[in-house]
Amino acid sequence: MGKITFIEHDNTEHVTEFEAGTTLMQIAVDNAVPGIDGDCGGECACGTCHMIVADEWFGKTGSIGDAEEQMLSMTPERAQTSRLGCQVKTTAAMDGLTVHLPEFQM
Amino acid sequence: MTTQTQGISQSLTMEAIQTKAVNAAARVVPMHWQILTLKALVSAKKKIFGARPGPGAFVEAPVPDINTLAIEDVDVSNPFLYRQGQWGAYFKRLRDEAPVHYQENSPFGKFWSVTRYDDILFVDKNHELFSSEPIIVLGNTPEGLPMEMFIAMDAPKHDVQRRSVQDAVAPRNLKEMEGLIRERTGEVLDSLPLGTPFNWVPTVSKELTGRMLATLLDFPYEKRNKLIHWSDRFAGTAETAGGEFTDDSELFDCAADMAREFSLLWHDKKARLAAGEAPSFDLVSLLQQGEDTKDMINRPMEFLGNLALLIIGGNDTTRNSMSGGVLALNQFPEEFAKLKANPQLIPNMVSEIIRWQTPLAHMRRIATQDVEMHGQTIKKGDRVVMWYASGNRDERKFENPDQFIIDRQDVRNHISFGYGIHRCMGNRLAELQLRILWEELLKRFDDIEVVGEPERVQSNFVRGYSELMVKLTPKQQ
Ligand code: HEM
Ligand code: FES
Repeated sequence: MGKITFIEHDNTEHVTEFEAGTTLMQIAVDNAVPGIDGDCGGECACGTCHMIVADEWFGKTGSIGDAEEQMLSMTPERAQTSRLGCQVKTTAAMDGLTVHLPEFQM
Repeated sequence: MTTQTQGISQSLTMEAIQTKAVNAAARVVPMHWQILTLKALVSAKKKIFGARPGPGAFVEAPVPDINTLAIEDVDVSNPFLYRQGQWGAYFKRLRDEAPVHYQENSPFGKFWSVTRYDDILFVDKNHELFSSEPIIVLGNTPEGLPMEMFIAMDAPKHDVQRRSVQDAVAPRNLKEMEGLIRERTGEVLDSLPLGTPFNWVPTVSKELTGRMLATLLDFPYEKRNKLIHWSDRFAGTAETAGGEFTDDSELFDCAADMAREFSLLWHDKKARLAAGEAPSFDLVSLLQQGEDTKDMINRPMEFLGNLALLIIGGNDTTRNSMSGGVLALNQFPEEFAKLKANPQLIPNMVSEIIRWQTPLAHMRRIATQDVEMHGQTIKKGDRVVMWYASGNRDERKFENPDQFIIDRQDVRNHISFGYGIHRCMGNRLAELQLRILWEELLKRFDDIEVVGEPERVQSNFVRGYSELMVKLTPKQQ
């Protein structure tokens, strides 16, 4: 158990609790955080779970796979620390993590 | 190699040479003349070598009852399945008995059909196993007109081209356009006849999509019907998707007209920009500002291809969702009541309309290596067709899939936009237009009653309507 904070584009914060092993996309969807659609259900095939990880936490989110990189490369609002939430499996070390949500999902 | 595939690969190299020649000529000869030259070339080639073998014209006959057929004789390429209301039973049989099905004798040649949701997702996602080149419909590309569209390109070329145009339909840009789309939608709705039957398809669905595309491209507004005409002609080709048109020379005339209009537009925009006008957010202006795309006019087949892709991609699809929604709410009146009681459901309903209608029945791929699926071996080079229309009705994925349920929970999982790197680029635009349409309709009308059986189009690709007679009841003040 730990906490993850999602910050919407308008700065609304959503503090959520999580069990290690769940993905960031699933946590956001389960907690009805607005702005995460997750249309493909976590298959890395829609790009609608785009999130921007806070700089200091980015290193803890693991590496970006080829398929994820390709989907991200076609995301208009991609930033330095962008991830697809469904490709980040949480670990105990992510307790306290903050992610920002982009203004739009494409 | 069979003689047929030899013929096709010969004409593919010819087309590559033609494209190079067209690019080289682009600096001196107007683009539309070049297309007309291609037309002459193809017709000369046909005279000398004969026409490439193709399906020819389709004549409507009653589709056989699915229960009378051996499984290997089931042919879902039949362009009348949808019109005759048989597609549901055909695809259910394939999903249940042969989820990866081989048809050896269709008018379009041999092809595999993938019909379950999970399997479609697998094919769509794995683009290194399944190539989108050279075309994404079941049939062949029209001979001699090798327009370059990124929907039919593999990575990395696809990714570069998509990135160069997608800002035009990215949500940030759509926010700018929303007001204009709403205003233009309102104008159309305010001009509709009340209490008397009229055909919804041309009056509302085609008109609104035409206006939207003209807005997106900043195309001369008074000429917007051309956009609809070109798209109808391209999408209705017999050889590619079993449509009603067989005369290729007319297709070239459309392409030439399109080339002329879009070159004019390009040069006009350039001139206005040079004269100090502020850059606008339409597609052509965005292309002119992009580093990779600012000279695209010198690569006519790419230039035309990108514009044609938006026109075709954005026309039939949105249009038929606009008609399909009206039909669905009439077939499921309790959902209409639910909607009127709770207009907040519009966004969810929009996704349900797109699932239920599935405006594009399929996309096709070519296997790049042997692939095992459900105990079958799809061989390298085989055609594989993903039937989205079937995936959206897969009872393994959706509960009561044939029901239209506007507050369906998992509706955004629908497969109408495809998945993976080719996932529909215009999906947010389509959702926006449909949302605005329904918001504006509910403001004005108490009922939109379908009076009479709809006419459906002939195609194995486009699932749409040519006629939907309706009668409007204005809102009581
Ligand atoms: C309800 C409306 C629409 C539906 C159902 C639809 C459906 C599709 C499908 C199935 C694909 C291919 C996906 C794949 O291969 O995985 C696609 C791609 C595409 N669509 Fe749409 N579309 C719609 C509206 C639009 C609109 C309004 C536009 C633009 C104005 C558009 C432009 C495109 C483009 C450019 C592609 C190619 C994307 C790529 O290859 O990367 N579509 N669409
Ligand atoms: S949920 Fe579709 S890419 Fe993450």
